[in-house]
Amino acid sequence: MGYQWNFDWLAGYLPILLKGISITVELIAVGAALGVSLGIACAWVRTLGPAWLRPFVSAYVELIRNTPFLIQLFFIFFGLPSLDLQLTALEAANLAMVVNLGAYSCEIIRAGIQATPRGQFEAGKSLAMTPFQTFRHVVLVPALQRIWPALASQIVIVMLGSSVVSQISVEDLTFAANFVQSRNFRAFETYAVATLTYLVLAIMLRKVLDGVGWLVFPRRKA
Amino acid sequence: MGQFTFFDILRNLLIATQWTVILSLVSFVGGGIVGGLVLFARISQSGWLRNLARGYIELLQGTPLLMQLFLAFFGLALFGVAVPAWLAAGLALILWTAAFLGEIWRGCVEAVPRGQWEASSSLGMGYLQQMRYVILPQALRVAIPPTVGFSVQVVKGTALTSIIGFIELTRAGTVVTNATYQPFLVYGLVALIYFCLCWPLSKASQVLERKLNVAHSHH
Repeated sequence: MGYQWNFDWLAGYLPILLKGISITVELIAVGAALGVSLGIACAWVRTLGPAWLRPFVSAYVELIRNTPFLIQLFFIFFGLPSLDLQLTALEAANLAMVVNLGAYSCEIIRAGIQATPRGQFEAGKSLAMTPFQTFRHVVLVPALQRIWPALASQIVIVMLGSSVVSQISVEDLTFAANFVQSRNFRAFETYAVATLTYLVLAIMLRKVLDGVGWLVFPRRKA
Repeated sequence: MGQFTFFDILRNLLIATQWTVILSLVSFVGGGIVGGLVLFARISQSGWLRNLARGYIELLQGTPLLMQLFLAFFGLALFGVAVPAWLAAGLALILWTAAFLGEIWRGCVEAVPRGQWEASSSLGMGYLQQMRYVILPQALRVAIPPTVGFSVQVVKGTALTSIIGFIELTRAGTVVTNATYQPFLVYGLVALIYFCLCWPLSKASQVLERKLNVAHSHH
């Protein structure tokens, strides 16, 4: 095909793309930290928490896991103002990512908790720990260690999924790419650069999460 | 000026749901066929073919589906033809689905014990015969639950095609919202329709996993 490739524009638009990358990184940093926290709380409810809360958490998890992230985002950004909950685009994107990752990580962490040997709970009880103390000091960290690779994969998936927040005008990497291609009319090259940037971000995020796992879970399997 | 009743909103959304369903089916079936090729490349004896398949899988799993849709949309346009949104959407979703199914199925084939390969080889079976009569039938049982489970991701993935202008459920939700100014109701209904499509698939995947596991443990 007689197409002339052109990447001359790249240097001039680099600051815009870097700004977009920084927003994407911010989104996933907040999303991962709060989302996993929410996931831990929900996993606790579903395994050891009060029985009356469980149906609500189950409904939340099923609802989020069976609807597209884009719709969750639109519902939060466009729909919630009807309930007088007006969020900025960035807040809505953050909230949507936390809610989304919370539901997925709940299921992953729950599997980790359920794989805990019975004896661990009994040992905690025999040391006069309350069920919550047993969860907090005995069960939680090994459970997270067990499922850390799966959780890391899910965090990477959510990072890649965050590209749709550009649709509610959050100025992330995809938004930057949309802006750049509307200026340079080099749509294919621009999105190719953005795509490769996402690939690099995904590989780096994976490495960071492996590193976090290595730091947080020092006890190796015997 | 006409007014949208609740029934009008629902009817418009359900009409668009047909396209979500059709695109999901096309992507899933097409992705399954291409995914089969990816699987055979991924487990083939030739090193460069294996690496090619691995690179393909890493590239498509490591980049956003939205970017792949944009690249398909603008990449096809480089050939100098006007690209309808459904073509770019279908192509990108098929390639994306193939990468995931290929990798899921590879795990299932590798879950078949080595002895099965050796035994069938000692019976003088060729590669294709081994695959056809020994390996794939066993891998298939392991493969069904995660494959059904992934179909949920495909249905949800079709929502992104609204961004490149394919008119399906999500796009209809935006259009109806713009006409009615009732985002809470409309996007709530859209979410509910997606849930009705996806939840049975999720449940089926869980039930199948339990059933097929039980059958396995009886051996």
